[in-house]
Amino acid sequence: MKPPPFAYTAPRTVDAALEALAEPGAKVLAGGQSLIPLLNMRLAAPARLVDINGVAGLGALEATAAGVRAGALVRHAAAGRSEGAARVQPLLRRAVRHVAHPAVRNRGTVVGSLAHADPAAELPAVLAVLGGAVEAASVRGRRTIPAGAFFAGPLEPALAPDELAVSAFFPAAPPRSGSAFAETSRRHGDYALAGVAVTVALGADGTVRSARAGYLGVGATPLVLDLTSVAAEGACAAAFARENVDPDGDVHASADYRRHLAGVLTDRALREATAEALAEARLDGPGARDGDGGGGGAA
Amino acid sequence: MTEETFEIVLTVNGVHRAARAPARRLLSDLLRHDLGLTGTHVGCEHGVCGCCTVLLDGEPVRSCLMFAVTASGRAVTTVEGLAGPDGRMSPVQQAFQDCHGLQCGFCTPGFLCTITAFLRDTPRPTDEEILEAVSGNLCRCTGYQNILRSVRRASDLMEES
Ligand SMILES: Cc1cc2nc3c(=O)[nH]c(=O)nc-3n(C[C@H](O)[C@H](O)[C@H](O)COP(=O)(O)OP(=O)(O)OC[C@H]3O[C@@H](n4cnc5c(N)ncnc54)[C@H](O)[C@@H]3O)c2cc1C
Ligand code: FES
Ligand code: FES
Repeated sequence: MKPPPFAYTAPRTVDAALEALAEPGAKVLAGGQSLIPLLNMRLAAPARLVDINGVAGLGALEATAAGVRAGALVRHAAAGRSEGAARVQPLLRRAVRHVAHPAVRNRGTVVGSLAHADPAAELPAVLAVLGGAVEAASVRGRRTIPAGAFFAGPLEPALAPDELAVSAFFPAAPPRSGSAFAETSRRHGDYALAGVAVTVALGADGTVRSARAGYLGVGATPLVLDLTSVAAEGACAAAFARENVDPDGDVHASADYRRHLAGVLTDRALREATAEALAEARLDGPGARDGDGGGGGAA
Repeated sequence: MTEETFEIVLTVNGVHRAARAPARRLLSDLLRHDLGLTGTHVGCEHGVCGCCTVLLDGEPVRSCLMFAVTASGRAVTTVEGLAGPDGRMSPVQQAFQDCHGLQCGFCTPGFLCTITAFLRDTPRPTDEEILEAVSGNLCRCTGYQNILRSVRRASDLMEES
């Protein structure tokens, strides 16, 4: 089908975009890889689209010691390609590889994926497990929304209708840490039935200081579980995950199957992330991290 | 109510083209209906099948998931633009013919555009890289094996030339 009519503006500056978004019924058009399918299927009919693709200053991908900041026009492909980003926070590249197919990744944006807040999407789970944040702006001012408060519900970000998400921040991996991403989908590149991003950080003595898991596909919003005591005590991570997720069943998979997957994937990702953290601890030095990170991204 | 229209200028297969269309005109429809380039096929219109894949400034994108007005000012390559100026088939097209990489041909324009960009960036791909590269394109006829063979053959042809 074809999209319904809408009014269209293509501002060149962030200020002009914010002015346009202050109009009632306005909606941001970024990569269009989620919004245009909805329009084509006539599941959405916004009065006005504010096309941000020509807005100056939203395309920066900055990797610093503190973390990775992706502007609203950083495409999935660019985020996945960046060696700087992969060095600072390898989980980003590991997760982006599972987002759709290459052609979709060439248009879809990292920030758009967060703003779309699909419960089966990879990047919201990554932002959540890392404790990242989204920077939002409107004519009323700017604010930083922490990941824990950003995902209000399925397809429901904590953004006001007049707000533009200008960037997202993914904190850096600490020293002596590892991460892994694992998911299961029916077909390569499809949205996952369930998936998990795991981070593990070791103390100077080599014991587990922190272990966290961020899930997709097992709830209405990304679920974060603290695995620290499970990992430290060598308890069964799969059983812990099964007990602590509460997925819904749908046409793609039953609730039981998703619960089972959460267990298997948690076990796999925790082992991978721990192995990487141990290897990092042996190398014991900043900058020792290899950009491609080795064992990430199973299935 | 008459809908507002926009002037859209594109370089399509190296040729400057202009059209007026409403903002909701998909790039796929602009190519097919306004510019008469029906080589770009449309299957699903929600990004899944890959038939409509064209190159935007050299990178594969879904033309059904982009408004033509957003693409204005940029360069688009469609399947019509892959052959040489003398009409000789490109290595990827030649390989599809050599390896029987198509049957009905509906999916073929999307595969050809996708693979053209892929082999430009990855001239000697591994089998795994080939699978990943074509994973976003669906074919209901061939069972894919001859398409994978075509990619390997195209890579050989490009190396020979
Ligand atoms: C075939 C196919 C398969 C896919 N598979 C996956 C997958 O496996 N995993 C996955 O995560 N995603 C998948 N996607 C979706 C893809 O990742 C999208 O790119 C992403 O969800 C949305 O990003 P976008 O830039 O395209 O946003 P758009 O489609 O432009 O916008 C999506 C929504 O977010 C809002 N929005 C976007 N940017 C901003 C902003 N800066 N500020 C405020 N609001 C904003 C829009 O108003 C809209 O409501 C798939 C898409 C397709 C077509
Ligand atoms: S028609 Fe565009 S992906 Fe199917
Ligand atoms: S050749 Fe018929 S769909 Fe691929």
